[in-house]
Amino acid sequence: MSDPILSRRAILQGGGALVVSFSLLPRAAAAAPPLPPALPTRGLPKSVAGDEVDGFLAIGADGRVTVFSGKVDLGTGVKTALKQMAAEELDLPMGAVSIVQGDTGLTPDQGPTYGSLSIQNGGAQIRQAAATARAALLGLAADRLGVPAAGLALKDGAIGGIPFADLLKDKRFALKVDADAPLKDPSRYALVGKSVARIDIPGKVTGRFTYIHDLKVPGMVHGRVVRPPTIGARLEAVDDAAALAMPGVVKVVREGNFLAIVAQTEWGAIKAAEALRPRWSAWAGLPEQDKLWQHVRATRVAKDDVTSAVGDVAAALPQAAKMLVATYDFAIHTHGSIGPSCAVAEFKDGRLTCWSASQMTHALRRQLAAMTGLPTEDVRCIYLEGSGCYGRNGHEDAAADATLLARAVGRPVRVQWSRADEHGWDPKGPPTLIDLKGGLDAAGAIVAWTSEFFIPEGGAGNVPLVAAELAGLPHETALAPGNIVHNSALPYALPNVRTVCHRLAETPLRPSWIRTPGRMQNTFANEAFLDELAAAAGVDPADYRMRLLNDPRGAEVLTRALALAKWESRPSPRAETGGDVLRGRGVSYVRYELYRTYVAGVAEVEVDRATGAIRVPRFVVVQDCGQVINPDGVRNQLEGNVIQTVSRVLKEEVTFDRGAVTSLDWASYPILAFPEVPEVVMELIDRPTEKPWGAGEPAAAIVPSAISNAVFDATGVRLRSVPFTKAKMLEGLRGV
Amino acid sequence: MGQPVSLDVNGRAVSVRSDDPEVPLLYVLRNDLDLHGPRFGCGLGQCGACTVHVDGVAVRSCTTPLSSLRPDQKIVTLEGLGSADRPHPVQAAFIAEQAAQCGYCINGMIMQSAALLARSPNPDDAAIKRELAGNLCRCGTHSRILRAVKRAAASL
Ligand code: FES
Ligand code: FES
Repeated sequence: MSDPILSRRAILQGGGALVVSFSLLPRAAAAAPPLPPALPTRGLPKSVAGDEVDGFLAIGADGRVTVFSGKVDLGTGVKTALKQMAAEELDLPMGAVSIVQGDTGLTPDQGPTYGSLSIQNGGAQIRQAAATARAALLGLAADRLGVPAAGLALKDGAIGGIPFADLLKDKRFALKVDADAPLKDPSRYALVGKSVARIDIPGKVTGRFTYIHDLKVPGMVHGRVVRPPTIGARLEAVDDAAALAMPGVVKVVREGNFLAIVAQTEWGAIKAAEALRPRWSAWAGLPEQDKLWQHVRATRVAKDDVTSAVGDVAAALPQAAKMLVATYDFAIHTHGSIGPSCAVAEFKDGRLTCWSASQMTHALRRQLAAMTGLPTEDVRCIYLEGSGCYGRNGHEDAAADATLLARAVGRPVRVQWSRADEHGWDPKGPPTLIDLKGGLDAAGAIVAWTSEFFIPEGGAGNVPLVAAELAGLPHETALAPGNIVHNSALPYALPNVRTVCHRLAETPLRPSWIRTPGRMQNTFANEAFLDELAAAAGVDPADYRMRLLNDPRGAEVLTRALALAKWESRPSPRAETGGDVLRGRGVSYVRYELYRTYVAGVAEVEVDRATGAIRVPRFVVVQDCGQVINPDGVRNQLEGNVIQTVSRVLKEEVTFDRGAVTSLDWASYPILAFPEVPEVVMELIDRPTEKPWGAGEPAAAIVPSAISNAVFDATGVRLRSVPFTKAKMLEGLRGV
Repeated sequence: MGQPVSLDVNGRAVSVRSDDPEVPLLYVLRNDLDLHGPRFGCGLGQCGACTVHVDGVAVRSCTTPLSSLRPDQKIVTLEGLGSADRPHPVQAAFIAEQAAQCGYCINGMIMQSAALLARSPNPDDAAIKRELAGNLCRCGTHSRILRAVKRAAASL
């Protein structure tokens, strides 16, 4: 059974906020009343302060502890892991803890759920809040019992036989989270570090889990958006006579270039949308796809970010005995969620409630307030799990669509995007172009390294909402591709290095972050070019890296990956190149963002000489993300991350014409299918006494380069352009 | 609201109505019968998220019009296979292997492999992969799914 969903009667009783009553909705949550549209007013409102214990924790009259998490489970299992962390500090069994996530009315703003930060940052905050609560409860029990706190222990939700709830009565903790509250000694952990089974899986495999797509709100009708055929087209006119004549149609909604239809049933809305006859202006503002890289190179640079500057590259490079120059590129990718985005919105008494699978409900709340002109306090955003999103996909945009439609028809509206809406209109991972130069001395050591990254400007802010853009309502204008400068600098000690990111003023398609944004593209270039230098030096690529690594934890993941892969030391490419299928292995290493998780891996590839097809039968990966909360959960993420990235590297590329995205389904944007999936061999290095670092993203960073390096080992051909299509491989093979 | 149509869903006789007899079965199951096991992924028959059994055969409910179904055909959804308390062996194996991330594709994976095991109780890896080749998973849960199907086969 999944966690309780707050029912309409989730009232804060009495004079305090501690007693939160929950009811388990029957599985047909569909038929049950939805979450409360507004916060209760009796008593004090639930604190959502990120620096207060009451923001994160409540102890109910029945003794159940509820964790309020601003970080949400995007299908990664983090809900289970966060429960483990809270339960651990309070010496509770898993079953005594509930968790509410991503509800702006109830949970603190812990920032968006991205960047592999849910455990590292979000979990750390919850853990510290629980530790503060633990100390407070011990103090209260000591006072009550007249004994020193040091002699007391928490056991099954009680201290000295007094239940937590009795210790607190109806009071709140009314405490700031104490950064110095002592944390439980890892040697006494009962839950953290254990592969506790995920709480959501039984419901998911039996059809009893409520995804956002399953939510039904009383009186709800169905909206369908009709996007322009080209990104910049203007809506000139709509002939809606045929659509309005269809059964069950509620309204055609038009605001500027935002066009949608609302009907009683979902299928009715789909059919009616097809019957609309809009007239759009012509627009052809995108570059030609086959000139994409010239376009990127010609785009105006808004600013330069120098991400590392060591020694004097300008002086050292010309002195080098040997100099290599290369250009790498990485195609535009889409998130490719299996379930297209969906949201439900309802206006009641002038206030908006919006349910979505947004990874950033607090930020979405501010965006929806800006779009509608409502005060932020009158907007509540509530998270329900969606299909995995791997970054900022279309969830927030569907929420904005539903909001405009709910406002237009005065009823709750559910918006379900089509496959083409998702593939065509979710924001994209921007194209990345990288120029590198490396200089070697006569002995093959690197004396200078310089790289230039051509990437859009902007960080991980709010991605503008499509509906707001189309309707001409207030929205952000800055680009938000994620913190994509990360890992442009190297995790190695070199004498002369300069890495600079040219931040481009624009990029062809609305950008956002997709799993491992920037870190993946940048590490691709860095680790593949390093391999080029190793080959030029005639040195085994793993030995070459080891010589440059002055970080013991980094050296350990690399050593263990090599052992696990049974790496045989020799320079690449391999000598014998006979046969129809060429086999090779490639290594790669990263320290994520240069300050946290370490990953090393070895790709094994097979290249079909006749067709150019590349297969990755096996991928070996070792990760050190510090303290591991749930080993099976991390393995699940690690394995999925590698498989997903193999798909991105071998197959994926968003296609577009001068007006819009043309890869609108799974035939035109294929992803890796079962027969092509590699065996992933993993090893986790658990360090229980260290801080936990991000686990879900880092491994992706090494996958593209490991494959490029393995292909080079197999064939002597260096692939510098993702995806590694058959055509590119064949072209390379012909050139050898 | 159209003529009533009789269906046999999860062993129960039900009657549904639609303005459009071409409405895909997926919408009838999800919206009229509140069966949320089958999921909307593409509506194009490309991903498998919507898979159900019709007379024991795995079919894509997103491209199966209501008008194509007869009252005597047995439609089974993920809910009809089993529940958390009484899971079908394939569902139990998916729980044991923790074979899900977001879980959005898992309906299709389970329905497709349950149909496979019903007609071929001991498939090898290649046969399982072939069977699931049209079921997409974006989270990369494939290896766990494969292990779960093998575990289920061993338990049957
Ligand atoms: S939803 Fe039916 S195959 Fe994709
Ligand atoms: S588990 Fe997310 S799509 Fe398969």
